[in-house]
Amino acid sequence: MAKSVVEQLRQRFGNALLETADWRGDEVAVIRREELVSICRWLKETPELALNFLMDICGVDYPERSQRFEVVYHCYSLATGRRIRLKVRVSESDPVVPTVTGVWIGADWFERECYDLFGIKFAGHPNLKRLLTYEEFEGHALRRDYPRNKRQKIPTPDPLIS
Amino acid sequence: MEIKTHKMYLNLGPSHPTMHGTLRILLTLDGETITDAVPEIGYLHRCFEKESEGHTYTQVIPYTDRLNYVSPLMNNVGYALAVEKLLGIEAPRRAQYIRVIISELSRIMDHLVAIGTNVVDIGALTNFWYFFNVREMMYVWVEALTGARLTNTYTRIGGVARDLPEGFADGVRKCLKDLGSAVKDVTGLLVKNRIFLERTRDVGAIAGEDAVAYGFTGPCLRASGVAYDVRKAHPYCCYDEFDFDVPLGVAGDTFDRTIVRIEEMRQSTRIIEQALARLPDGPIINPEAQSALPPKAEVYNSIEGLIRHFEIIMFGIRPPAGEVYGYTEAANGELGFYILSDGSGKPYRIKVRPPCFAIYQAYPKLIKGHLLADAIAVLGSLNIVAGELDR
Repeated sequence: MAKSVVEQLRQRFGNALLETADWRGDEVAVIRREELVSICRWLKETPELALNFLMDICGVDYPERSQRFEVVYHCYSLATGRRIRLKVRVSESDPVVPTVTGVWIGADWFERECYDLFGIKFAGHPNLKRLLTYEEFEGHALRRDYPRNKRQKIPTPDPLIS
Repeated sequence: MEIKTHKMYLNLGPSHPTMHGTLRILLTLDGETITDAVPEIGYLHRCFEKESEGHTYTQVIPYTDRLNYVSPLMNNVGYALAVEKLLGIEAPRRAQYIRVIISELSRIMDHLVAIGTNVVDIGALTNFWYFFNVREMMYVWVEALTGARLTNTYTRIGGVARDLPEGFADGVRKCLKDLGSAVKDVTGLLVKNRIFLERTRDVGAIAGEDAVAYGFTGPCLRASGVAYDVRKAHPYCCYDEFDFDVPLGVAGDTFDRTIVRIEEMRQSTRIIEQALARLPDGPIINPEAQSALPPKAEVYNSIEGLIRHFEIIMFGIRPPAGEVYGYTEAANGELGFYILSDGSGKPYRIKVRPPCFAIYQAYPKLIKGHLLADAIAVLGSLNIVAGELDR
């Protein structure tokens, strides 16, 4: 039995790992924001891990925590069939995460959606615009403190190309 | 003499018959050639994820119908499996077989729509009728089973809502037989049809490596030659007990995507036939599941039954605090539900990973350099469903 992804991650990036978990068969690693891109690149490019698929990126909001937001990455390896869930925590005053579009090009829209709905910024993203809502939308809809019945102004159309 | 031309901008959609839902794309054209494309999504954003935070786990099931509304039963199954993973329970075997049958029926119906409308867009109307006839007959049985044609809400946490109606197996077998001849008719009309070949071969092609980088899953990925199918790689609902093949394409173009879908319908037919033949007896919902409503006789005639019923309806099930990512092979690819529970009766957060979302972001890359009419052919072959794209 080969070592789990989290084990190998711990060996290589021991001090960048803040927490790990393994619940219901899902491996989870909470990592330091600064190491995110290098860890992702390593996970993708190490042949025995080969986590070449980025399945999903999403945000989670915990208003009561000092590090209010979590950005969650789901990676998958076609070769080994393994998955890992990476998490990065950021605070409300500094909600910036480095982009992983350089590692997986498909991260583009997932990061835009996360920015749109949580207000988490992805440093270095090529086109960080709102995706599901529109530019004049006030607030970020999936934050826990955004009221479900809040109404918004009717938007003006986006020219898309200027 | 040099002719001075300038770029032309064209708004494709959001309300246009070929846009299959509300998608808007701003195209930059040089003559008829697409030089740039910028899609805008969100026209069908219905706040699924926000709404789900205010509902019980069971109340979320109707919302999942509206994700991919062409095959709602599969979304029901995917969601139910994710919540069951969170709870650490399994549906009884009969329910799992029923889930397989309805999933594969939905896959067939989804592919029928995808191919049918795609070829209409490129000028072949007859195929649409051949396919929609079969689809209509399947809907009759879906309706008999679930009580609704589109908004089925058929699964429950821990099982399914109703058992198969009388005559279901024979009726579905008849549908599958008709499907076989419809598929034969359509392949006869398409596969050697010069117009179809020229409209689809090498149009919107994507290599396997790029498809993986963009996060393609489902038929669109397999058309590029990458053999990833959740049913084979990580079998759920007893899929490992069925004998079926995963068809692969080579070029990853519009033609391959169509052919892969056609072949997948044949494989789904095989799965349903095996499942109907070996359908086990037994309960259709796990009695251990907290979500299982007590039988009506018990609700009306005993105070315990009534209380239990009331509690389930009013407060919902309470999974342990934790988080899971549940994934299934939906008609368009990997449909994932990332569910966070804080131990209360309502999910803390649900994130849907819609297969279309990853696929659609590669759309500008696929159509650049092609003609305007090709953009329509490519879009149809990707089978973008705005309901799950925008959620």
